[in-house]
Amino acid sequence: MLKHQQQFLSKIATNEGHGENSAFFDGWKAYDMNPYHPSKNPNGVIQMGLAENQLSFDLIQEWVKNNPRASVCTADGSDEFKDIAIFQDYHGLPEFRNAVARFMEKVRGNRVRFDADRIVMSGGATGAQETLAFCLADPGDAFLVPTPYYPGNDRDLTWRTRIRLVPVVCESSNNFKITRTALETAYQKAQESNIKIKGLLLNNPSNPLGTALDRESLTDSLHFTMEKKIHLICDEIYSATVFRQPGFISIAEIVQEDTASCNLDLIHIVYSLSKDLGFPGFRVGIIYSYNDMVTDCARKMSSFGLVSTQTQHLIGSMLSDDAFVGRFLKESSKRLGTRHGLLCGKLAKVGITSLKGNSGLFCWMDLRRLLKAQTFEAEMELWSVIINEVKINVSPGASFHCSEPGWFRVCFANMDDETMIVAMNRILEFVIQSKGMEAKNTRKQFWGSKLEISLSSRRLDAFFMSPHRMSPHSPMASPLVRART
Amino acid sequence: MNLSSKATCASHGQDSSYFLGWQEYEKNPYDEVRNPDGIIQMGLAENQLSFDLLESWLAENPDAASFRRNGESIFRELALFQDYHGLPAFKNALAKFMAEIRGNKVSFDPRNLVLTAGSTSANEALVFCLAEPGDAFLLPTPYYPGFDRDLKWRTGVEIVPIQCTSSNGFRITKPALEEAYDTARNRNIRVKGILVTNPSNPLGITLSDKELNLLINFVESKEIHLISDEIYSGTVFNSPRFTSVMEILLDRNYVDTEVRNRVHIVYSLSKDLGLPGFRVGAIYSNNPMVVATATKMSSFGLVSSQTQYLLSAMLSDEKFAKNYVVENQKRLKNRHMMLVQGMEDAGISCLESNAGLFSWVDMRHLLESDTFEAEMELWKKIVYDVGLNISPGSSCHCLEPGWFRVCFANMSEETLNLAMQRLKSFVDSIYQSNDSYGFFHNFSVKDSRRRLLKKWVFRLSSSDRGLERDR
Repeated sequence: MLKHQQQFLSKIATNEGHGENSAFFDGWKAYDMNPYHPSKNPNGVIQMGLAENQLSFDLIQEWVKNNPRASVCTADGSDEFKDIAIFQDYHGLPEFRNAVARFMEKVRGNRVRFDADRIVMSGGATGAQETLAFCLADPGDAFLVPTPYYPGNDRDLTWRTRIRLVPVVCESSNNFKITRTALETAYQKAQESNIKIKGLLLNNPSNPLGTALDRESLTDSLHFTMEKKIHLICDEIYSATVFRQPGFISIAEIVQEDTASCNLDLIHIVYSLSKDLGFPGFRVGIIYSYNDMVTDCARKMSSFGLVSTQTQHLIGSMLSDDAFVGRFLKESSKRLGTRHGLLCGKLAKVGITSLKGNSGLFCWMDLRRLLKAQTFEAEMELWSVIINEVKINVSPGASFHCSEPGWFRVCFANMDDETMIVAMNRILEFVIQSKGMEAKNTRKQFWGSKLEISLSSRRLDAFFMSPHRMSPHSPMASPLVRART
Repeated sequence: MNLSSKATCASHGQDSSYFLGWQEYEKNPYDEVRNPDGIIQMGLAENQLSFDLLESWLAENPDAASFRRNGESIFRELALFQDYHGLPAFKNALAKFMAEIRGNKVSFDPRNLVLTAGSTSANEALVFCLAEPGDAFLLPTPYYPGFDRDLKWRTGVEIVPIQCTSSNGFRITKPALEEAYDTARNRNIRVKGILVTNPSNPLGITLSDKELNLLINFVESKEIHLISDEIYSGTVFNSPRFTSVMEILLDRNYVDTEVRNRVHIVYSLSKDLGLPGFRVGAIYSNNPMVVATATKMSSFGLVSSQTQYLLSAMLSDEKFAKNYVVENQKRLKNRHMMLVQGMEDAGISCLESNAGLFSWVDMRHLLESDTFEAEMELWKKIVYDVGLNISPGSSCHCLEPGWFRVCFANMSEETLNLAMQRLKSFVDSIYQSNDSYGFFHNFSVKDSRRRLLKKWVFRLSSSDRGLERDR
């Protein structure tokens, strides 16, 4: 019956382009079947494979509570309800577009200006990536993408658009920097295989590396694309997650500084509020293109994934509150920095290093020394141990198309402090075991002499000064999600 | 330039007259106080009649829109909730609501529902799931102009029209289905399915049981899909009552059959609840592979969790939801009567209809000639001189010139009356101003049929019509 069924559906419906049958979903499945909970399931799997920003909801919740009109359907805002509910103009609410443009400027330290009329909506960054691919490339064309890269790119950019991705291989020897050589090599290879390259996709700050692109990489990439007359798409969805110097340099800044050497028609930015604000559920994706035709086309295509006006209204109000935005950006960045410092800083003490990161919601952890062999099979084995024995879901480098085995992305912003400590303890114990280290002293060295930590988790309010509330560490535990069957 | 062919072609359909009228309206919109001579928007199929009901529900249920449940904030959970399976409470409520609209003659399993950002996204996703570029869907004409964009643009799929005519009230017939299918085959195009809108946009009529059975028979024998866009299902204000295609399947006892796996419904809350801004669409299918694939595809256009939560609360209030539908239908019925009466006063007849937010209006007798050029001339006069934005039948791919879709639910009663007065004045002026128009003064329905037959004999081939549309 199944085979017979398949002939009635499209190839898209029956191929693997959605990417969800990959082995990398095993970690998720392990977590789904056995999710950690501090009291109900303390031996469950802790989710560190989810790049979510859960650290600053208290600030947002307070704002929402103090600004009832922003929730347009309440008694306070109800006079606007009708106008909001019937507004389906794909230009979007002007106050939404203005607020988003201003917010993007603030995130870039007001060093650039964004034109609110170029703000185009999309169904999250997922929708934005796909729409840009539809606008810029035909089936069979390709985009260059530096590795390691976000696995969702494979689905978002290629599944329904039928374009291809050609990797630009970046290596640990130079901290995965995007070099001119790497770009040229990838381009040449594509040419030799008769693959037409239409653009280069950069993710800045990078997922999974957790680093912002330096000026040299950015300008090299820009010059490369201008020379080859291909598009440059900059996915800047982590732009407000920068917590340490060197800061974030947006392609918008480079464009502003050096407009003469840019063909603006080739430059496009993808943005979203899912990471910077922690709102993945609200589906706010943005395309910002310097090309009028692309802006126009993307706007028409946005009909397939407009932002709910209820949400546009909320966001428009929230992001127009300059004082709030200033406070939020500062505090969020600080909290991310603290978390990152905790995870990466402490692990470094026991010989687990990470790529030196300054942004994002994760560390790019170097576990090459724990591999039985420098192979991807060994990486999968280690990963299996981490999931099933250490009981932490992390993401193996191979899922990000990393060229070298042994790297793992470990997320740190999607859980509360307590869970973080439990996770870190587990990693510590695992490292002690794997390396045959002396347990007691190593633990002491790890946590510092002032505190004694036992293997069971303990509240450490004094250790963490963060005022935000304890909360379930993952939406999967949310009462909003019932059993799916 | 350097862009894709999709970016540079005109398949988005935005150059169609359907959208041009909108643009003219935007330049000079009617306002009772500030611009009383402006253009009245009658080209927008929106339901603005029952917001008061929604507003009072919201006032009584403040938690739903302020991210609270039982007074407790659930903002965080909602902000993080991006599971493409959708909020279970919302899907449950939506499934029940859909069943309620169908008089509970059918029930819907929430697990077979896929949420999408509006029916625009739902229709496109379904086509991506069911067809390859170059394949075709058959659509009865006249049809919603947006389909040219939604079904074809990024999917690369074709639309081949099933020609329906005024001779039988634009009903779908077997010969029309066969002809459309053969036309596609002769052009070496593989037909993957039929898409119907029920109730119909722009006709405002519910499909008869006869038509529905015909469609099921046809898709069964040709082994193709049937998509039933039922986004106006809650707007049926007169008998016959709405019959969903799912009900026909049930009546025929088509439980574990292949054809049941090829029948899919598209739904939305934009028309029935009047919430187009909130982007709430859905696909319903009994085919697990379609549900699985469409669910993954919905990642490109999910419904905001904020909105899912609000509407789950609203639709779970079953008493409210039921009362809303009933009261809304009453108001639509009244409006419809007002429009029909106003048209009659101007000597214009409408297709007899029982649903939708518009009437399919017969202005053939006002055309200078039985051509689409004359239809465009008349349309321009109505937009610019009379000040009404209505939608010409050609934009809906109607085979016969002279039909227009006129919306009645997106304005106040006063504005509707004014629109009808303007129209009457316009028609009166035609009769008075030019002797050659005296011919039309004694126009009768019988005359129209005779003219139609004459036209059938001399009509252009359907492929020529297709070229005309693509401009």
